[in-house]
Amino acid sequence: MIKVLNALIAVLGGVAGAIVVYYLLNKLAELLPGRWEDRIKPYLYLLPALAAIGLYLIYPTIQTFVYSFANAQGTAFVGFSNFTDLLASKNFQNTLFNTLLWILVAPAGTIVIGLLIATLADRLRPGGEKLAKTLIFLPLAIGAVSAGAVWKFVYATNPPTQNQIGLLNGIWTGLGGDPVNWLQISTFRLNSFMLMVILLWIQAGFAMVLLSAAIKGVPTETLEAARLDGAGEGAIFFRIVIPQIRTTLITVFITVLIGVLKTFDIVYVMTNGNFNTNIIAVDFFNQLFTNNNFGYAAAIVVMLLIVMIPVLVFQVRQFRAEEAAR
Amino acid sequence: MAAITYEHATVQYPGAERPSVNALDLDIADGEFLVLVGPSGCGKSTSLRALAGLEAVSEGSIRIGDKDVTHLPPKERDIAMVFQNYALYPHMTVADNMGFALKISGMKKDEMRTRVEEAAKILDLTEYLDRKPKALSGGQRQRVAMGRAIVRNPQAFLMDEPLSNLDAKLRVQTRTEIAALQRRLGVTTVYVTHDQVEAMTMGDRVCVLKDGYLMQVDTPRNLYDRPDNVFVAGFIGSPAMNLLDVDLDQDGARVGDRSLPLPRGTLSVLAGESARTATLGFRPEAVKLVPEGEGFPFEVVVVEELGSDAYAYGTMHTSRSSAGDKLLTIRVDARNVPMKGETVHLRIDPNEAHVFSSETGRRISGDGAAVGGGATRVAQA
Repeated sequence: MIKVLNALIAVLGGVAGAIVVYYLLNKLAELLPGRWEDRIKPYLYLLPALAAIGLYLIYPTIQTFVYSFANAQGTAFVGFSNFTDLLASKNFQNTLFNTLLWILVAPAGTIVIGLLIATLADRLRPGGEKLAKTLIFLPLAIGAVSAGAVWKFVYATNPPTQNQIGLLNGIWTGLGGDPVNWLQISTFRLNSFMLMVILLWIQAGFAMVLLSAAIKGVPTETLEAARLDGAGEGAIFFRIVIPQIRTTLITVFITVLIGVLKTFDIVYVMTNGNFNTNIIAVDFFNQLFTNNNFGYAAAIVVMLLIVMIPVLVFQVRQFRAEEAAR
Repeated sequence: MAAITYEHATVQYPGAERPSVNALDLDIADGEFLVLVGPSGCGKSTSLRALAGLEAVSEGSIRIGDKDVTHLPPKERDIAMVFQNYALYPHMTVADNMGFALKISGMKKDEMRTRVEEAAKILDLTEYLDRKPKALSGGQRQRVAMGRAIVRNPQAFLMDEPLSNLDAKLRVQTRTEIAALQRRLGVTTVYVTHDQVEAMTMGDRVCVLKDGYLMQVDTPRNLYDRPDNVFVAGFIGSPAMNLLDVDLDQDGARVGDRSLPLPRGTLSVLAGESARTATLGFRPEAVKLVPEGEGFPFEVVVVEELGSDAYAYGTMHTSRSSAGDKLLTIRVDARNVPMKGETVHLRIDPNEAHVFSSETGRRISGDGAAVGGGATRVAQA
């Protein structure tokens, strides 16, 4: 009850505060002589938002850049040595390689699975479609940490003498295998792929909802025309449907890609980056909070930022192109 | 190219109370331009889609040439269709749109290009081949849709209201172009429209449908001159035929104080059915204005002047018009129009009077000699 009240006060206080700020800014603008009032006013109105962005986004970014050239305590500059040290270290190379794997596999996998589910669900009767979609969409409502907890049980291992409570080991031993500690098998990065499965489990619903809407938006007549033109179901899907939902595909791909680059919680909860599963966000966290190395942590984030900027630029462009196409 | 036959073809959507197309029997000759026309919901589009294989035939069969295609998928029917909204592939250029079917069939690239270019030349699309549909006008898109059908060189063209998205002027122009193109290519064509003017101007024969039933199929001339039933009589022709419920006497139909003489054959058929009433039909142009005392009085309500023609709308009193008079239309001399509110007198050409049974709505043709310029066709009962 107190919490609800607090939330209410916070919301009301926030809105009231904003009104007061803008009221004062308006008064301030009115003090200006003649034409200057109209010239300055828009910038005054922008000021609070710009100040917030500056304080919470721009300033920390710059500070991070600065720290990335500083030593572990942030007390002295060390040039590029944070970057060179990291890039030279086997562990960090491993982390980069894992991150690359995530980038290559997870978004594409999400698209493929989302598309598959959307197409198949589209063929169900309306009731079945709704139910299937709801079930597949549900994991998105679960936080990544909770999802990790769920999947811990899927991958759980007990000594061979005990009952297997893990789903996967249950099946595995049921088929006659010995229990396996799945998350510790880094051969062919199997454990990394198993972690990606969790992300797919969460994100497939999101991809499915957008792609399903896009597929339903493809005009039926174009499908019928293709059918009359002699195209089979496969040709219709790949040559008529996919090209017409291309923009949605790209949007989903980039959204998931950005999500993947930021992925932290799944790996942190499941393995904490051990057993060769480390990825960049987890490494950053551990450098900062476990090793207390400001320099390395900042350098890692800067590298992540450099990778992400082109993706973001592409996404914004894509978004604009999509808007223009409407 | 091939003939097309509907044999008792019935299409009923799952869960629908009655079939959308009801035991349709229709023979379309090789190279013929047949128009399916009717008000919305009459089953014309469904008939066409059943022929295309886009709707399942629940009973009866459809043949293209010698092949029974009733249960074949669309791609095995070798037909091309032009959709109402053209259904162009938005992500392909004009050339790719037109060549898609050829590409799917595995045709070689250069042969494909030749075929597409030929079709583009016919349709005046050569300079647009590399454009996407979005960059084309409505008329151009319509032509691309036509081109997509032409390059296939199919057994038949199916067209589902291909002109309804064009503006009025372009529609009239394209109408002529399509008809001319079809004559030139000689491909059997089934064309769906709700516009009876389009049907009359384009079709070799016109098939009128209502509520899933075939009402009449004939040449435009015969449909106009000898409608089989009240529905066709009222549907074909613009402005529509005047239809009056009349009482009968021994000479003919009672209109006002007078009687319109009807052919003896017609009267004897009516007498044979012991009918006391009938529906009398006459076209707006089948009347002449005559001096008072010679014809039936017609009270003018509105006059529409169209330049070349003028139409007067008004009422005629009949012995059955106690419930209120229907507004009738007559064509009058454009240079000599009656005044609003004036009462003029009409003589109805007895040779152009149509009589329909009040009960069944069917045409009463008697010996058939007097009506319709001596047509020998026997009315389909």
